[in-house]
Amino acid sequence: MAEQHFLEVRHLGKRFDTDHGELTVFDDVSFGLDKGEFVCIIGHSGCGKSTILNVLAGLDSPSGGEVYMAGKEVRGPSLERGVVFQNYSLLPWRSALSNVEFGVRARFPGWGKAKVREHSLRYLHMVGLKDGAEHRKPAALSGGMRQRVSIARAFATQPQLLLLDEPFGALDALTRGTIQDELLRICAETHQTVFMITHDVDEAILLADRILLMTNGPFARVAESVKVSIERPRDRTTIVHDPGYYPIRTHLVDFLVSRSRELSERDDAVRDAGHAREVRAEAMAPVEVDPAADARAEAAGLVRAQGPDPHAPPPLKAVNGN
Amino acid sequence: MLQSINARAVLVSLVLLVVTLGLWQLSHTSSEADTEMTEYERLMGGAEPQAKVPPPSEIIGLAAKELSNPFYDAGPNDKGIGIQLGYSIYRVLTGFGLAALVAIPLGFLIGMSPLMYKALNPFIQILKPISPLAWMPLALFIIKDSEASSIFVIFICSIWPMLINTAFGVAGVRKDWVNVARTHELTPMNTAFQVILPAAAPTILTGMRISIGIAWLVIVAAEMLVGGTGIGYYVWNEWNNLDLTSVIFSILMIGLVGMLLDMALATATRFVQYQE
Repeated sequence: MAEQHFLEVRHLGKRFDTDHGELTVFDDVSFGLDKGEFVCIIGHSGCGKSTILNVLAGLDSPSGGEVYMAGKEVRGPSLERGVVFQNYSLLPWRSALSNVEFGVRARFPGWGKAKVREHSLRYLHMVGLKDGAEHRKPAALSGGMRQRVSIARAFATQPQLLLLDEPFGALDALTRGTIQDELLRICAETHQTVFMITHDVDEAILLADRILLMTNGPFARVAESVKVSIERPRDRTTIVHDPGYYPIRTHLVDFLVSRSRELSERDDAVRDAGHAREVRAEAMAPVEVDPAADARAEAAGLVRAQGPDPHAPPPLKAVNGN
Repeated sequence: MLQSINARAVLVSLVLLVVTLGLWQLSHTSSEADTEMTEYERLMGGAEPQAKVPPPSEIIGLAAKELSNPFYDAGPNDKGIGIQLGYSIYRVLTGFGLAALVAIPLGFLIGMSPLMYKALNPFIQILKPISPLAWMPLALFIIKDSEASSIFVIFICSIWPMLINTAFGVAGVRKDWVNVARTHELTPMNTAFQVILPAAAPTILTGMRISIGIAWLVIVAAEMLVGGTGIGYYVWNEWNNLDLTSVIFSILMIGLVGMLLDMALATATRFVQYQE
């Protein structure tokens, strides 16, 4: 093994028995996360992203492969790995505050009532829930507010790894933007290690240090690991003016539109030819790409590279240059 | 708008009540003979060629008398309506409480374990449709006590709705909430009490509400069978006395108490109800 990451995912695979025989959703998925890193995973529906996240959470068990966190094998759920689900998963008979307290009490069983409350309120305020909203039941809160509570609950338990399963998928664009900002700020403060599923390319670029790209299922695998070298702190409104932004965006969109399918087809062909070993070898090491750095290097040397780009940002870019 | 609808509903209810009672009362008095009755006729019940259902005025009169002194006890065949209802309520609540103690934990087990569900399902399906009164001879033979037997009959009829609703509610708890419990490393006990019980509580309470309704239906029949005390015995005893006024009065009291029991459970359900 080359290097030991904080989170090590090795040769993960998931197979289901169906009426038409065995279905392999993904196979030989390997990657690592370092402490404090924010990693997003993107792929088409059905490639098994959610299953991977559930395996990391300990809620699902893989058909093959293993996951290590801080050197210990992940077996079953743990408070060290907090999860924020897409549908918030708040307990509807508890108020927002009580939902957070539920998590805090589970995490710190020795704490007194006052300390639990104070800790919970701090995290609720951090995600912007105050002025009585914290005493409302989830049904009386908007979708955005509920997801904030869910995030507060996850952060309040201070997990070593935070798993986000498309947390903003069900929110409108405006709410999504503000909560993304909150998340960005909180992660910067806490240096939280995060693994997040998203369908939104712009969201991934805004939040992530690295973006994992999965090929289409069945037999999906992590094909590329795209480094987002846009400097932090990032801002939702100005990040699009970074010279690195559009090259990354184009690279990701290209992958989703064509390469994810092409790579799957190529894998299928190789597998049909009986060279499973070959696919395996490649799958073990996702290709490292950093379109942003490439773009910067070009921008520094040659003006030419920026001209013909159809996605080129408006002239403001020059003012904002790095 | 809502208030005016409520007010109008009350008005319609009152009109229906007055019209029904009025017609009832009129149908009784209209046929009454105008001619002077002989003493013999009077002794024979007003010389009516046919015995008649007593008019509402008589029932109201009796109700006023009975309710003004509901707890008197003048021997085995003459007890106040309050005492008779008290016996029935005591039996219903005892049988119902014992049934809850068995049904809710058992329902939890069935709801949590598909194996237990499949294993116990045939027994439940066969035992559930048995009329609770069919158990009575067996209960009397085994228990050898009429009081305890009627409590057993209440127990056996209240158990099924609670058992089935508890199992249904527990099995239907959203997987997300169970996952929340799992990711928070809750012990099985804490998961049961902090997540599954509150999540299933509205369904469980609905089962309890159905159960207490059935129990109140069954107690009347059970007491008619075993006799001695209770509202069911009272109804049958007054029928044997040919005192239809008391029969109608006790029918109304049975309805009233049944409604109060149902309202109590409905209120309890509201406390555990949540909105998703």
